[in-house]
Amino acid sequence: MFSPEIVTAAVLNGLLTGAVYALVSVALTLVYGVLHIINFAHGATLTAAMFAAYVAWQAGIDPLVAVIGLAPLFFVLGYAVQRWIIGPASHGEDRNILLVTLGLSIVIENVLLATFRSDTRSIDVPYGFSSVDLGFVFLPMPRVIAFGITCVVALLLWILLARTDAGKAIRAVAKDKLGAALVGIDVPHVYAVTFGLGAACLAVAACVLLPSYFVNPRVGNAYVLVAFTVVVLGGMGSVPGAVIGGLFIGIVESLSGLYFGESLGQLGIFLIFILVLLVRPTGLFGARA
Amino acid sequence: MSRSGPVAAYGPILAVALLLAMLPVATSANTILNSMVMALLIALAGQGWNILGGYGGQFSFGHAVFFGTGAYVTALLQARFGVNAYVAFAAGIAAGAMVGTILGYLSFRSGLRGSYFALVTLAFAEVFRILANATAFTGGAAGTLVKLDVRPENFQFSSRAVFFWIALGLVTAVMLGVRFMERSRFGAWLVAVRENEDAARALGVDTLKVKIQAITLSAGVTAAAGGFYVQYFLFIDANLAYGTWISIEALLVPIVGGLGTVFGPLIGAVALHGLAEATKAIAGRIPGIDLALYGSLLVLAIAFAPNGLQGLMAKIGRGLSFGRAP
Amino acid sequence: MTTHRFGTTRRQVLLAGAGLAGTLGMPGLVRAQAAAVKVGVLQPLTGALAQDGQAGQLGAELAIKAINAAGGIKSLGGAKIEAVMGDARSTPEGGTAEVERLAAENVSAIVGGFASPICLAATQAASRYDLPYIVDVGVNDQIVSRGLKNTFRFAPGSSMVSGQALDNLVKLNDAAGKPMKTVVLVHEDGLFGSGLAKLLQAELPKRGFEVIDTIAHPTPARDMSNVALQIKAKNPDLVIPSSYYGEFVLLARTMQQQRVKPKGIYAVLNGAASNYRFVKEFPEAAQFVIDTNHWYDPRNATAIALKKEVEAQGKFFLYNVALNYSAMLLLADAIERAGSADRAKIIAALETSTFGGHIMPYGPTKFVNGQNTGAAAVNTQVQNGDIKVIFPEAFSDAKAVFPVPA
Repeated sequence: MFSPEIVTAAVLNGLLTGAVYALVSVALTLVYGVLHIINFAHGATLTAAMFAAYVAWQAGIDPLVAVIGLAPLFFVLGYAVQRWIIGPASHGEDRNILLVTLGLSIVIENVLLATFRSDTRSIDVPYGFSSVDLGFVFLPMPRVIAFGITCVVALLLWILLARTDAGKAIRAVAKDKLGAALVGIDVPHVYAVTFGLGAACLAVAACVLLPSYFVNPRVGNAYVLVAFTVVVLGGMGSVPGAVIGGLFIGIVESLSGLYFGESLGQLGIFLIFILVLLVRPTGLFGARA
Repeated sequence: MSRSGPVAAYGPILAVALLLAMLPVATSANTILNSMVMALLIALAGQGWNILGGYGGQFSFGHAVFFGTGAYVTALLQARFGVNAYVAFAAGIAAGAMVGTILGYLSFRSGLRGSYFALVTLAFAEVFRILANATAFTGGAAGTLVKLDVRPENFQFSSRAVFFWIALGLVTAVMLGVRFMERSRFGAWLVAVRENEDAARALGVDTLKVKIQAITLSAGVTAAAGGFYVQYFLFIDANLAYGTWISIEALLVPIVGGLGTVFGPLIGAVALHGLAEATKAIAGRIPGIDLALYGSLLVLAIAFAPNGLQGLMAKIGRGLSFGRAP
Repeated sequence: MTTHRFGTTRRQVLLAGAGLAGTLGMPGLVRAQAAAVKVGVLQPLTGALAQDGQAGQLGAELAIKAINAAGGIKSLGGAKIEAVMGDARSTPEGGTAEVERLAAENVSAIVGGFASPICLAATQAASRYDLPYIVDVGVNDQIVSRGLKNTFRFAPGSSMVSGQALDNLVKLNDAAGKPMKTVVLVHEDGLFGSGLAKLLQAELPKRGFEVIDTIAHPTPARDMSNVALQIKAKNPDLVIPSSYYGEFVLLARTMQQQRVKPKGIYAVLNGAASNYRFVKEFPEAAQFVIDTNHWYDPRNATAIALKKEVEAQGKFFLYNVALNYSAMLLLADAIERAGSADRAKIIAALETSTFGGHIMPYGPTKFVNGQNTGAAAVNTQVQNGDIKVIFPEAFSDAKAVFPVPA
């Protein structure tokens, strides 16, 4: 039905799209794995980061440069929000965390609406229309860069979790909150650090996404449901799982879009999602039951 | 709390219903009536969620799947097959309940709990949304319109008051039903599942069956809200029916009002609706400010009333009585 | 009738007295002031459609400002028009709730709605009060086919626009020596894209075009690479997209990245091709894109002045501004001729309207079953960073570039 060139091109495109999914999902899975909450403000945080990148661009800073400042900034913001808003307001109850993050997402989205109005904006970076020519397909430069940066971030995160003391503390809290507290780990601090890391990942995702996408006050929502799928597929809480899951979903979406049409193609994602949940709810890479 | 007699159990519900039923007598302002109809509609959807989420402890993020099925079946039977509106409405409820049974069977049999169950419901709602949006039978993306023909036999009324009473009737009927459930053995089993599923199973409760029954009931009630929505607006499309908005509203109102309580959804719906109207009135003309305020107040409310509004009232009540004690 | 008039006059006098007391501080402004006529302006100011809603609101406000500056409603003793704003929140429920509020605040009519689902719900709610409702955009044909006496649509509906899009396409193609034969349709899978695609699929073959593929995509879409790839593989002469803003921007950019260059992009009711933001942000991707859409009359002096005023505010002169501006003038004309703020009389006046003072490329207004049969969409084309009307010639301010030079 389709020539091999198109199918290969679709796979490569899916891989590039999947890299962004991976980045957004890593943030979600990290927070889930440690705090065991589903963060409803995830999409809104991504939107906020994209607007931050947009403002930086308006001030003459390329998003790929701005990321150096925005990632730490969002780490601090994420840390503060978890430590001083979500933590205290939710009283440790899951259902309250859910409501608080829902409330936060409403606030963030509408503050952005009030500040920037609802226009869909996009930016035109110098490398926006340059591409890597593979002979049969042009791979857009911004998305190739996004792919590279995702790999770097995933690697850094893996090193952080596996090789540093902070990583050890995070893993300890993820495994057994009470035990970790008993050996003297400051659990609220670790929670906040994890939340900050998630927000920082979103800031990176926002910076690599903006040159090839657009931004408006609701844009983040488009990525949330996919991120959930990826997280479930990769196993909730598993960072490598989220990376591989993200790339996989990108390819599946691209191919099913090609064969079943773009609208029904989205169906493929959710059917996989449901199937994985029903058959192997721990995900393909999840260890915990 | 010991089991009270039928008057103490059902009396307050009927009293509240009677009091509310006076509203159209007190005011003929359709602004208020329309606003109350919407609040009752959300309360009804939330009541459905509360049966499964509040009493059974199974949090769903995708009650839109039931709301939408109720709405679409009600609309399509009328628009495509000329079925009487009341019959279509009943069929919508039945269809919603059936989807609930199937979804419950699939997910509970696989042992899904907690976030996993929440996510699978979310995904089901998305699948239904995409299908409804892409199928010609549902009118595709253009949605389905019920013919405007305002006659009581068509479940269409020129007066908002009549819609208000019908919505109130539905909400009251569900409150009575839930109270009955609370006092039944089934209700006790359901709460046992919420508190400790393994223990309940050890005591011989067929937890799978209880959960499937609960999701069926829950789905039927939320489907009724969907069917009512169609009769009120005479229009449905995929995003209205299966969009995340109703899933969120349905879980928000019982949690805010009081999880696993008879009055919780109603209190939550009226409070949140009032809050939305109030912030709209306070905020200036810059779009978004009112909703930002709404979100902030929501966060504050949770910070200071972590057990819902009923929990807050109970706390205040206890505080007062302690104050009076010698 | 007479007693009614008298009653009105007495009330006006009383209110004028109140107004007098209020303006005593400014003696220069003291004069007998008739009671203002309240008009509802209903738009989705928040939510997914806020961009369009805010533009629509701006248009209505500017019209009211102009009407009042020109002396208000003369048959009502120079009564001013007073806007009561409503935010439909981008949902039908939101629209209905605001219609109830506006009705309770005694507006004489409502203008706006923008999206079809909002218009469907809002016109129906307004019909309970026999409250005249002028739909500004809402292209769904069912809005005016339900027999609601209160509902008037000033702009063309989707079947009118698609019909005109087809006719204009054939004429453009014929004039250019029929360079276009094969077509790929790209449409969003929502309310507005699917209907158009269905119609084009049925009609294009009858007019000598071959539809070689139809590609639907969701809103929001995260990636348009596949769509671009498929277009590239099919290599059509013409691409006909109908999508919302964000998706079309993605498509146009991706097509440029993938070096997909059809002989023409002929959009129908496209969210971006008639949007200055797109043209400004991506001049290259936007160059020579043709759209069939609502547009102001570029030869109309009022329209040109209004465009300057809007742009001076740092805003874009979207078609929503021009449509709502015109719809409000249409309403004011009806109130003027009705000589009353009475809802039934305004409806009667709208039914017989022949209003021609608008800024759209339409003929005189004539409502048949609530649809303005004088309305028409035009073809615009992006040319060198500006949006020009290229067809029909009676309203055009530029020549069509068709097919696009290779």
